[in-house]
Amino acid sequence: MHIVVCIKQVPDSAQIRVHPVTNTIMRQGVPAIVNPYDLFALEEALRLKDRFGGRVTALCMGPPQAEEALRKCVSFGATDAILVTDRAFAGADTLATSYALAAAIRKVAQEQAVDLVFTGKQTIDGDTAQVGPGIAKRLGWQLLTYVSRIADLDPDAQRLRVERRAEGGVQLLETRLPALVTMLEGTNEMRFAGMDDMLRAGRFQVRKWNREDAGIEDPGKIGLKGSPTVVSKVFGPTPRTERADVEALADSRVQDVCLNLLQKIFTTHPLLEEELVDRLSA
Amino acid sequence: MTEAAKPPATAPRPAGRAGRNTELPEHLKVYKGIWVFVEHDRGHVNPVSWELMGEARKLADRLQVSVAGVLLGGPDEPLDAFAREACAYGADLCYVMRDPVLKGYRNEPFTRGLTDLVNAHQPEIMLLGATTMGRDLAGSVATTLGTGLTADCTELNIDGRALAATRPTFGGSLLCTIMTLAFRPQMATVRPRVMAMPRRDDSRTGPVVEMRLAMVETDIVTKLLEFIPDASRDTVNLAYADVIVAGGKGLKNADNFRLVWDLARVLGAEVGATRAVVQAGWAEAERQVGQTGKTVRPKLYIAAGVSGAIQHRVGMDASDVIVAINTDASAPIFDFAHYGIVGNAMQVLPALTQAFRAHFERRVRKTA
Repeated sequence: MHIVVCIKQVPDSAQIRVHPVTNTIMRQGVPAIVNPYDLFALEEALRLKDRFGGRVTALCMGPPQAEEALRKCVSFGATDAILVTDRAFAGADTLATSYALAAAIRKVAQEQAVDLVFTGKQTIDGDTAQVGPGIAKRLGWQLLTYVSRIADLDPDAQRLRVERRAEGGVQLLETRLPALVTMLEGTNEMRFAGMDDMLRAGRFQVRKWNREDAGIEDPGKIGLKGSPTVVSKVFGPTPRTERADVEALADSRVQDVCLNLLQKIFTTHPLLEEELVDRLSA
Repeated sequence: MTEAAKPPATAPRPAGRAGRNTELPEHLKVYKGIWVFVEHDRGHVNPVSWELMGEARKLADRLQVSVAGVLLGGPDEPLDAFAREACAYGADLCYVMRDPVLKGYRNEPFTRGLTDLVNAHQPEIMLLGATTMGRDLAGSVATTLGTGLTADCTELNIDGRALAATRPTFGGSLLCTIMTLAFRPQMATVRPRVMAMPRRDDSRTGPVVEMRLAMVETDIVTKLLEFIPDASRDTVNLAYADVIVAGGKGLKNADNFRLVWDLARVLGAEVGATRAVVQAGWAEAERQVGQTGKTVRPKLYIAAGVSGAIQHRVGMDASDVIVAINTDASAPIFDFAHYGIVGNAMQVLPALTQAFRAHFERRVRKTA
């Protein structure tokens, strides 16, 4: 088995702040992490490797510092790590990103045929969930998104059975390899990386590929040029014109503040009161 | 949406910088009209499709073009009834593709069918629900067509003749407007409940245009063996709840989060949570409201210990009445809440629960 896991290095979004005056992102000091959703993909790939043997290659497109994210994957047990990095990739939208990653996967497959690609269901910074489907279509492989469980894998027969989360239920799907799977969150628990693993990862030589190394001949397909979407503006959220009708607890008894609030809400929204009463009477 | 790092502008800036795709080639100018992919499964249309239909109608009226509903499904599925419904919600016509292989969603035949329909009838805009089906399909179709797709939009507008799709970005701390200027169709997905449900008008009717799928079962690699419906479909129905009480990290610990439940019980409400609360394990993932959780638009939303970061706000600020409880008077939630109490949620929640309980006991007794 040869499994490629596509990961992304993302800023820890819980810690992003917006500059109050300029509305720009203040990235300074915000730690970069492996996209949390991708760890479910990595763990699932490692479990298959444990069961069937073979290799797990972690693949990432990003700036040079994304090497750290790949090292993290190596510490968990990835056999190989490749960072696809080139200034020509800057400004890529999901279509251009999937082109570059698909090219890199074809290139890795020349070293050893790839049976499966795993990705997280989405990233926490882009939140689009489009790169996985994009890679699958570009490779012409079967696409299985939002997979909640690998039900069965038969590497000899190249047959894969998964449970896929759908609206209101789960689809049991059977497909042939090669395939691309996007893993749902909460489907497994990431293994622990010990001190030895981290030391090994620290020494590990992450391979770095530029555009040519990744086998991309047409620069018009990557970066800004390869991106059909254009960001026309970026802006901060606008506050409502009227601020909230606010009372401070410091000024009076908590019971009075609450009674006051109820009265204000139900005086202004009598229909809401009627509906609540109807629901509770029913 | 931009995946790689792209520096945000300090102020709104016009599109059209060097190296960008900004000119629409002549052969793509014939693409006209707005399509809505009507998502259905096991006899029911997902309401998000009608929410999108209402939005498509508004955009189409500004562009002076028609709206079409697009339906793919099996021959024994009620596609004609769905098409009539689509017209009642705002479509002028429907494109229908029926084939046994289209019964039950699968990526391969649906991607092929929708791609062929687009190439044959050339819409300028195509909208899909940001559901597990819509996102799976939209990403595949956009890649196959080589066009732009903007995911999880919170606002759709027309700028010039092009679709201006706004969505939260950078983990939700900012909003950005994205356009596909040089490719067609312009594709966008929108999550359930982000747009309002339009009024249904059954006097509106329209024609159905049929097209055949150029695929048979033996062409399709992936087989749908079984559909296992969720045992408890109605355990958490946050998106369509009328009243929600939500808690944030300001509640300090899982024990205090129970106060949210207490108030919810008195109001007959659903319980919502911020991402931080879900990550801390105080509430289940299905209860997360916000950019990576559910979008809700209840009649009453009470937020306790929620600061109101944009990633939470985009999931709930269409609520009719928002009440915020927070110790910090300068918390962003007070910028968009309607009513607020500046104070400790651990103190306010029990008092509020008691006040609602007393109020309703009086009212319910009176009406009984």
